[in-house]
Amino acid sequence: MNAPTRNEALGAFLEQDYVAGFETRLETDTVPKGLSEDVIRTISARKGEPEWLLDWRLEAYRHWLTMTPPLWAAVQFPPVDFQDIVYYSAPKSKTDGPKSLDEVDPELLRTFEKLGVPLHERARLAGVAVDAVFDSVSVATTFKKELGEHGIVFCSFSEAVKEHPALVRQYLGTVVPPGDNFYAALNSAVFSDGSFVFIPKGVKCPMELSTYFRINARDTGQFERTLIIAEEGASVSYLEGCTAPMRDENQLHAAVVELIALDDAKIKYSTVQNWYPGDKDGKGGIYNFVTKRGDCRGARSHISWTQVETGSAITWKYPSVILRGDDSVGDFHSVALTNNLQQADTGTKMIHMGRNTRSTILSKGISAGRGSNTFRGLVRVTPKAEGARNYTQCDSLLIGDRCAAHTFPTIEVRHPTAHVEHEATTSRIGEDQLFYAMQRGISAEDAVSMIVNGFCREVFKELPMEFAVEAQKLLGVSLEGSVG
Amino acid sequence: MLKINNLHAAVDGKAILMGLNLEVGSGEVHAIMGPNGSGKSTLAQVLAGRDSFTVTDGSVDWDGTDLLALPAEERARAGLFLAFQYPVEIPGVSNAYFLKAAVNAVRRHRGLPEYDAMDFLARVKAEMKAVGMKEEFLYRSVNEGFSGGEKKRNEVLQMALLEPRLAVLDETDSGLDIDALKIVAEGVNRLRSPERSMIVITHYQRLLDYIVPDKVHVLSQGRIVRSGGRELALELEAHGYGWIDADGKAAAAASGARS
Repeated sequence: MNAPTRNEALGAFLEQDYVAGFETRLETDTVPKGLSEDVIRTISARKGEPEWLLDWRLEAYRHWLTMTPPLWAAVQFPPVDFQDIVYYSAPKSKTDGPKSLDEVDPELLRTFEKLGVPLHERARLAGVAVDAVFDSVSVATTFKKELGEHGIVFCSFSEAVKEHPALVRQYLGTVVPPGDNFYAALNSAVFSDGSFVFIPKGVKCPMELSTYFRINARDTGQFERTLIIAEEGASVSYLEGCTAPMRDENQLHAAVVELIALDDAKIKYSTVQNWYPGDKDGKGGIYNFVTKRGDCRGARSHISWTQVETGSAITWKYPSVILRGDDSVGDFHSVALTNNLQQADTGTKMIHMGRNTRSTILSKGISAGRGSNTFRGLVRVTPKAEGARNYTQCDSLLIGDRCAAHTFPTIEVRHPTAHVEHEATTSRIGEDQLFYAMQRGISAEDAVSMIVNGFCREVFKELPMEFAVEAQKLLGVSLEGSVG
Repeated sequence: MLKINNLHAAVDGKAILMGLNLEVGSGEVHAIMGPNGSGKSTLAQVLAGRDSFTVTDGSVDWDGTDLLALPAEERARAGLFLAFQYPVEIPGVSNAYFLKAAVNAVRRHRGLPEYDAMDFLARVKAEMKAVGMKEEFLYRSVNEGFSGGEKKRNEVLQMALLEPRLAVLDETDSGLDIDALKIVAEGVNRLRSPERSMIVITHYQRLLDYIVPDKVHVLSQGRIVRSGGRELALELEAHGYGWIDADGKAAAAASGARS
């Protein structure tokens, strides 16, 4: 018979091209490869930083020198040569930094436009303010004036250090201390830029805030730092997107994100991570070693992480919430897809410290090709966390028969009133499901999309609209979504 | 008109169909009966285009089209419907979404405008009422957690929505109690029409009390060994399949196994 086999259809679905893989040619200001105190001093000097921040970096660096890379994750890769990485690369500009979009290199604007992130006034995304980070620096932030009218600060980290040093100094490193882990320490030493958000007391941010991260330069690591503070009663929804050119070498991305929510504040943080995953033989791709943590410092505060992880050669990432305030709430919603030789070890930590704190963990892992997907979670209920509750659901979907899925949940309960639930399932897209759909006239590609999308639906609905659409596209899904 | 000529098919290298001949005219309902392992379900799967079955010889002509040359989804769009013996569960995909995707894929193929959500809902709700399905089944995942009877009703619902030219019902009666069987049979009878042929595969005669066939065929060892009218099913019921197995070869040789 001439009918295409289900495996071919699956193959076609899994072999979609990486569309963000182009490179932008620009003159750059690049610090030579390698890491030393001098390099850190150079980065700090280029950015015109105050003394205290340089000292903070150097302290982190000295601590980092005493540390070793974590090896407990279920991922395999040759040791990273930290002297073979460029720690600072910025597009060359005539002035210190562009004061307005008119001063930004048009080539850069074109790059972001090509990625679907127009920065020009006339074309910017409606209702979404964007901070665009290119290699080591932020090139533009939109809607700053409008946000300023509400007292909201949304700018690059470098700018925040200059314009709001007291806020930065008060909160930096209070959620992820410089010595927290190997990659956080490295980031603290060499971080170059990132986004800073401050929502003052009682203000509900009127639009989505978003940062688009682009790695462009060869041999360069990206070490950005994001700090979001929501004061009492404030709320904000923040999104980040990421892409990189296709290269044969692996590139390191080691970011740190810190969220702080005071009394009754709410922070919703969404990620669509589409770093270059490497080719089908596992050559190239980004090492995505990221520390993300939120601190529900105030009573009744709420921090929610939503992530769709489709890119990167290796992902090592555990967005967590410290539930310090009484009645605070933490959520983690995740879709992680690994295809070809991608490896992901991702999950979350929910640390219950306050009374009547609640957390929800919803993890959807999809493994295809020879991909390996690991969920690693920690739910800790401390002795003072009376009435803590957690619900965890971990589902794995296997596509094909050469992939792997693992689940490592850890639960530590030190209060008798705690209520902790864990559910896990593993399923496979079966030949019988595809045949059933095809017998109803639905193509195999559409059937796979439908099943994958159905599997992820609970997480996608947590994403802001624009990102939900992008996430579905990323998974090769064209959902009409009008019924059901 | 469906003409199956000398069909041979194998699965995992094992020959199952061994020279099957069958003709089904427009608007006719043919029942295929036979003991377990005789090749009934294989016939259904081969007609529907499942690629785990390999056709090793023979041909299937369907109104002038070489059926075996079409991939499974194109056969479906052209109007071939298989009611599964074991309908498949698809967790996370709502029945409504699945049905709409299927109906619109078929409508596109036939040059008809696709249904929008409103039109589709109106249509599907009317059809569900006819097969006695509650609306909540629209919003549940495809077949997930459905009882045996609910799954079979869902198959009849899909058949009604997709309006096939040729429907193959693979042991639609299996696992149904008598009430469920009646409802399913009523649903099928409602869909009988001069443009629609049906092949009803069953192990038991009792389904044919409710879906009365124009012709009955007996399948044994991958070939049709006897054909006749409604009374053949009753004869089988009275004597059992042993009766066929005993003189099957003789009958096949004598009649040439042509219907």
